[in-house]
Amino acid sequence: MATAEYERNVVLSTKEYDVVGTRPVRPDGSDKVTGRALYGADFKASGLLHGKVLRSPHAHARIKSIDTSKAEAHPGVLAVVTNKDLPGGVDADVRDLQRNVLAADKALYRGHSIAALAARSPHEAEEAIALIKVDYEVLPAVLTVQEAMAEGASILHDDLRTAEGGATGDKPTNVAEHFRHDLGDIEKGFAESDVVVEREFYTATVHQGYIEPQVASALWNTDGRVHVWCSTQGSFTVRDEVSKVLGLSESMVRVTPMEIGGGFGGKIPSYIEPVCAVLSKKSGHPVKIVMTRQEVFEGTGPTPGSHIKVKVGADSQGNLKSAHAYLAYEAGGFKGAPVGAGSQCILAAYAIPNQAIDGYDVVVNKPKSQAYRAPGATNAAFAMESVVSEVAEKLGMDPVDIRLKNASKEGTRRADGPSFPRIGCEEVLQAMRDHPHYSAPLDGPNQGRGVSIGYWFNVGFKSTCAISVNHDGTINLVEGSTDIGGSRASIGMQAAEVLGIAAEDVRPTVVDTDSVGYTDVTGGSRTTYTTGWAAHIAAEDVKRQMVERAALIWDVDPESLEMEKGVTRSKTDTELNMTFKELAAQLADTGGTILGNGSLDGGGMGAGGGSFAGNIVDVEVDPETGKVTVLRFTAVQDAGKAIHPSYVEGQMQGGSVQGIGWALNEEYYMNDDGAMTNSSLLDYRMPTSLDLPMIDTVIVEVPSPSHPFGVRGVGEANIVPPPAAIAHAIHNATGVWMDRLPMKPATVMEADWSK
Amino acid sequence: MPSKTHVQTTINGEQVDFLCEPRQSLLEVLRDVIGLTGSKEGCNDGNCGACTVEFDGRIVTSCLVLGVEAEGKEMTTIEGIASGSTLHPVQAAFLEGAALQCGICTPGFIVASKALLEQNPNPTEHDIRFWLANNLCRCTGYDKIVRAVQDAAVRMQEA
Repeated sequence: MATAEYERNVVLSTKEYDVVGTRPVRPDGSDKVTGRALYGADFKASGLLHGKVLRSPHAHARIKSIDTSKAEAHPGVLAVVTNKDLPGGVDADVRDLQRNVLAADKALYRGHSIAALAARSPHEAEEAIALIKVDYEVLPAVLTVQEAMAEGASILHDDLRTAEGGATGDKPTNVAEHFRHDLGDIEKGFAESDVVVEREFYTATVHQGYIEPQVASALWNTDGRVHVWCSTQGSFTVRDEVSKVLGLSESMVRVTPMEIGGGFGGKIPSYIEPVCAVLSKKSGHPVKIVMTRQEVFEGTGPTPGSHIKVKVGADSQGNLKSAHAYLAYEAGGFKGAPVGAGSQCILAAYAIPNQAIDGYDVVVNKPKSQAYRAPGATNAAFAMESVVSEVAEKLGMDPVDIRLKNASKEGTRRADGPSFPRIGCEEVLQAMRDHPHYSAPLDGPNQGRGVSIGYWFNVGFKSTCAISVNHDGTINLVEGSTDIGGSRASIGMQAAEVLGIAAEDVRPTVVDTDSVGYTDVTGGSRTTYTTGWAAHIAAEDVKRQMVERAALIWDVDPESLEMEKGVTRSKTDTELNMTFKELAAQLADTGGTILGNGSLDGGGMGAGGGSFAGNIVDVEVDPETGKVTVLRFTAVQDAGKAIHPSYVEGQMQGGSVQGIGWALNEEYYMNDDGAMTNSSLLDYRMPTSLDLPMIDTVIVEVPSPSHPFGVRGVGEANIVPPPAAIAHAIHNATGVWMDRLPMKPATVMEADWSK
Repeated sequence: MPSKTHVQTTINGEQVDFLCEPRQSLLEVLRDVIGLTGSKEGCNDGNCGACTVEFDGRIVTSCLVLGVEAEGKEMTTIEGIASGSTLHPVQAAFLEGAALQCGICTPGFIVASKALLEQNPNPTEHDIRFWLANNLCRCTGYDKIVRAVQDAAVRMQEA
């Protein structure tokens, strides 16, 4: 396909700044292109032992006994632990956490951690782990929500009852929760509709697929304190979980976040951290565990497969009148699927007067499901957006026009309650409609174009930053948000903008949990938003103190001074002015260092309004094999204000490609016994460079009303639209509507044959 | 414990002697015996490319080479790509082009990209995508990586 003559990456900027919106080199970049950056596996300590976890070969089994005596007798082994080494008497949520890191009476998924040991070398640990004997009573496994919800299904937890409308069910079940959101009267809305489309969808279990496996090291010191070094998205979350699992007060645990090799939601929960800690306590040595890739697939958070039904009604003019959505999501071995968030997102792009949403959280014999980039929203959008495109086709309407006509805007109320503040749903759709890609001709037969839009929140939560001013006019910025993809840059730039200094004059450092105030996870598209906001507050604090210091030096009233673009000056006397560097050089002799602090709770799930993302995608479907090739891809997203546009584009491109993988290739391929048969990076087929075209981007800027620079977190919404956009494109190429993910060649051929 | 073998090899232009067990991979030797932790382990079965090193003039995934096979060989790891404190054009292009996010795959991509440009100074986009298909990146979607290699090609020709 010929390269189109247009700008591939566009920023539709609404406000310009000096530092914000520029593209400086990231502060941690040199270490990462030279191999010097230290990730979790690079941690070393004197006397370090190597741990290994024994994992269940069965998807569902009662653990009758565990015999560790032979492993304990292995000359290289210094400690063996099971669930019995964890404290009892904890509440139910902590009990689930404990049982996920070390199974108690049952193995709930293949790969479930059963026991662990620490040895002098990784090879000895591997030899010894095979010496642990477990007597299992194998039970029937349920692997999908349909199986788990069926009458007579094998039950995972004898004590689980369905929570429903404030009440609790009275019989054993695999449905942990059913909830419903209502707005208006859906039956009235369907009666007013001229076109009603009702469809049913299935999506496969997929994995976040970060390239660095989980890794942790821990030392249970002689003073009773536990120190953990790990690759995590949330050092304070690890502190919380480890302290609860071990029955310690939170300040007895210190977590040092190493550089992290990807997470996408999957590195929020703890798995091996508390296991390393108890092995350390038993052995008296620091202990490191590095997961294998198979352990990552079989023992860590996939994101749920799902069964979704959507019914949408519209009048002849294309006004959406009514929508009903049913979402049942796999929780994995323990309750807690992201079906709540999926339910909040499924209809979020549209102002529909009558809505009902039913959500089901269902336990199945797969690893406990975890967040994956806009958790729950991608499954939901695949279903809803496919139906909206079908409604548009039935009405003979342009698919972007019908979305624009019904787009959510400021004041639109969602069925789950909240009304949107200012959002950029319409602006994203307008940018799609106006993009040259949308009107470009297709290149040949078997090709089709599709569109979709998706929504994800901008979680607020808590962050802390501290800034100290160096005598050379640079600043040290200390923060607690682990940097998963360039957030040191985007946080530092916000401080630089406030202080009127260069981005390069900020030295941001991610520190351990003893060294900075509580900061929530790097997740929920919140880091550049809330931690950046904390940096803004800390910088304002520095600015105020710098002005006070200048007033002291000049012996004038601080009220008579101002600092603008880094220069402190008198509002009345033009002789009195000092640059940031000049003032910084005088701090040591005029009272000492200036330290500024910023700490805030940035709000809950809907903080700042969240971000909409849209795609235009062209595909070619091979009529012989059903293989779908993505020919051209345009990603549009509302960033509010792009602090560092290159890394915003990077988020959009990376999220889009994860969405493409989810759409076309990726799935947990399970055999009847509940074993994943493709637990390697060869067989779990993530996109390679050769599978893809360039991913063109359009950054739309509709400033968030709450953030000082108008930032909207951009980490997640970009993964939401691709599966539906690709399904729409496949429809336009072949005439079939796809109803399941992944849309691999066999699935596309099957759909094509049955049309 | 199995007895160890003495191996003499050349890494990043320097002669290196080490002892390793026959079962230890080159990746394990580089990281845990020699202390060169820039090569990363993502899968330990040759599928992710994060441990890519140049080995006797071709690129290999060091997790699929045994440490003892390094005897008499010459290799370059990510630690040997820059010249002193000056980045190689490929490193500079990745850094300035925002071609990394988490950075765990970056050492492998840089080693592989440098090898490509030494063989083929003017690669097409397809050449780059084909060559780098053995290296997985989950963060970037490859767009900025492909651009960085294109940029590095220009930089290397200008140098």
